Amino acid sequence: MIEVQNIKFEYPNMPPVFDQFNWSVDRGDAWSIIGPSGCGKSTLLYLLSGLRLPSSGRIAIDGIQVTHPRPQNGLIIQDYGLLPWATVRKNVSLGLDIRQFYGPDGIHAPIENDQKKMSIDPWLDRLGLADQANKFPSQLSGGQRQRTAIARTLVLNPDLLMMDEPFSSLDAPTREGLQQLVLELWREQNLTLLTVTHSIEEAAILGERILLLEVPPNRDAQVIENPDMSRPGYRQSDAYLQICQQLRERMSQ
Amino acid sequence: MTKPRQVLAALVMLLVIWQLLSMLVNRDIFPTPLVVSAAFVRGLGRDLPMHFMASFWRVLVSTLLAIVIASPIGLFLGQSKTLNQFLAPVIYLLYPIPKVVLLPVVLLFLGIGDSSKIFIIFIILFFQILVLVRDQATSLRPELIQSVRSLGAGRRALFRFVYLPASIPAILTALRQSVGTAVAVLYVAELFATQKGLGYYIYLNGSTLFDYPTMYAGIVAMSILGFGLYFVVDWLEKKLSPWQFVH
Repeated sequence: MIEVQNIKFEYPNMPPVFDQFNWSVDRGDAWSIIGPSGCGKSTLLYLLSGLRLPSSGRIAIDGIQVTHPRPQNGLIIQDYGLLPWATVRKNVSLGLDIRQFYGPDGIHAPIENDQKKMSIDPWLDRLGLADQANKFPSQLSGGQRQRTAIARTLVLNPDLLMMDEPFSSLDAPTREGLQQLVLELWREQNLTLLTVTHSIEEAAILGERILLLEVPPNRDAQVIENPDMSRPGYRQSDAYLQICQQLRERMSQ
Repeated sequence: MTKPRQVLAALVMLLVIWQLLSMLVNRDIFPTPLVVSAAFVRGLGRDLPMHFMASFWRVLVSTLLAIVIASPIGLFLGQSKTLNQFLAPVIYLLYPIPKVVLLPVVLLFLGIGDSSKIFIIFIILFFQILVLVRDQATSLRPELIQSVRSLGAGRRALFRFVYLPASIPAILTALRQSVGTAVAVLYVAELFATQKGLGYYIYLNGSTLFDYPTMYAGIVAMSILGFGLYFVVDWLEKKLSPWQFVH
């Protein structure tokens, strides 16, 4: 689904974050992307989102080169992603409103118009936000805010869901609840899931495959397979502990 | 939040103090609220409404002009780093100048009609709105912009769904901060070369006709104008940015 071919990307006056970097993702995969601060985890998501462009090389999703945000992408960032002046309901419908604003042009919204299928209320219900619909983000807990961000993205019926440190500011029970929810949605909606995280545990829980990035420049994609991740009771299993241990060792090298 | 009943109680208290003070002072130049009320009602039957409307019109036009001209520039500066870097020092120099001192110059250039009065209020509100809207637009977090862009928003949608709604509270804050100054400057502006407006009305009755109750009626009218504008801005804030009032 995603092909990253020989990309180079650098911020001004810095060594390149990616240099001749290759990576590919199959449809329906769940990936975690982990690495130390400044390794380019978030940059990679922004590149895949079309919010930044590589200086050379090519990123293609479904064979089409990414030059701007693709309408079938969903991106969720750690915090600050919600409009403070809009209610939960208005925030959740923001993507639809933007699409209506432009009309189905293939750039900002897909040409095939499945707007009717996209409705707000089932998603508010599914994410337990029905009672919060008329509240403003400042009135919500961190977990509810992140649920709102997830609802806003899934309303648009994406096939690729990317999350940048989505749960790092939440307390542990809320975080685990939301990780569980995301995994359920991943299966339900046949999503391709990419989660950027700095937490080893989260990487193990949300990634069937884990991409390990290092201090730049990143050249080779280091991939750790985590096939047991979707088994029931994984969080309590030895496989989980082993993957965490393996990640810890690889990251401290 | 102040409740209407509390405001009313404060008003009654101030009137009582006024009554007591004026009884204590017992001079022509300090009539009681009752005498002033009578003069006010009398004025309503004569030329007071005309002067009130003249002043109101000047404030209204200059406020609308300031919003319409300053907010887009503020938004634009807030979005464009290079332009802001270029213009920020200019604004930094001009912003703190008390604009009222420019009044004689404005009168020389724009003459004695409405335009000079409107311009001087406009220029005060203009800088206030410009700076607040610009700062508001600059302070929008890049994460917010990026996440809205990821939903498919281009420049136009960003403007419509992010920058425009973000600027409304800034405009209202600017108005709340400067509406008092605007009325004060209007008073000064209406002292010069005009025969319409509350400033003229107050000055004429106080310094030429020595009709002190009527002068006070003019002061009351000007206070009502200031309070009314403040009240409208308050109401608009609750109406247009309710999210700032929730906890």
